[in-house]
Amino acid sequence: MAEHDFPIDRTAILTFAAAIGETNPIYWDDAFASQTPLGDVIAPPTFGISSAHWNPDYGLRGPRKIPARKAVAKSAESAPRSGGGGPNLTRVLHAEQRFEYKKPLQPGMRLTVSTHAGKSWEKDGKRGGKLVFTEGITEYRDETGELVLVATSVSVITGKAVDQ
Amino acid sequence: MTAAKPSGSSGFAKCKASELAVGDTRELVLVENLSRTQIVMYAGASGDFNPIHHDEVFATKAAGYPSVFAHGMLTMGMTGRVVTDWLGDGVLTEYGVRFVKQVWPGDTLTAKATIAAVGADGAVLVDVTTVNQAGEPVVTGRAKAVLPR
Repeated sequence: MAEHDFPIDRTAILTFAAAIGETNPIYWDDAFASQTPLGDVIAPPTFGISSAHWNPDYGLRGPRKIPARKAVAKSAESAPRSGGGGPNLTRVLHAEQRFEYKKPLQPGMRLTVSTHAGKSWEKDGKRGGKLVFTEGITEYRDETGELVLVATSVSVITGKAVDQ
Repeated sequence: MTAAKPSGSSGFAKCKASELAVGDTRELVLVENLSRTQIVMYAGASGDFNPIHHDEVFATKAAGYPSVFAHGMLTMGMTGRVVTDWLGDGVLTEYGVRFVKQVWPGDTLTAKATIAAVGADGAVLVDVTTVNQAGEPVVTGRAKAVLPR
């Protein structure tokens, strides 16, 4: 089971919040956030998915070739992430995503992230052919080893482009 | 206002559980006429550079879709806003969705949150559905939060 770092920083949080159309100052205004029980800005609920930036096994990073900071063995158990990590990007879709939150992610946290494969199952597609579902479970732990976030991702491989 | 959370950390709640009733709803227009630019912003922020979301040639010629389409996670991220705008920040214990239909450039998305359960301990269960301009659900899911009583 390969692990990688995931340091949380406020510019990444700002960029992510902007991308999802968030204007809530809790995500970017530390002067505002310091007046709340949270104490500092927090990451939006789905921000954990951006740990992909730091995952050396991630299959969807495009042309970027930044090596992993630690030498981590490529895990045979690496599960498909958002959108799938398998070879055929024309046929993999994200079916489901779930997060379980133990505490909010805040700047300065340095998390350790590890992913392992969950269940796999098949269903018949509406237009014939088979749909193959694969689950990946990602655990995010803080510097003390405490679990702060669990993300479960289900990908589906379709037989052909999904008609609209 | 301090929310009671399982881990002991404080959230920033916007309401109390006692102020909510099963069946209460909120709606939020998440985006009007979704742009390819916002899809690209999301790709950069999330690290998901699957070309099906930003490369029109790949999406249409290689994959056979009518155009690029948005990351399901972009819709999930936007949908969360209807819950956090209503209940507060750092109060969620769970949030999960199924991706039902693709979201395309030009789509207008509206999220609806409905209170499904309220516990005496402050635990709240919320159903969420996001629909496009044709009223078709694109994402369905639920969230759990712990609020002050």
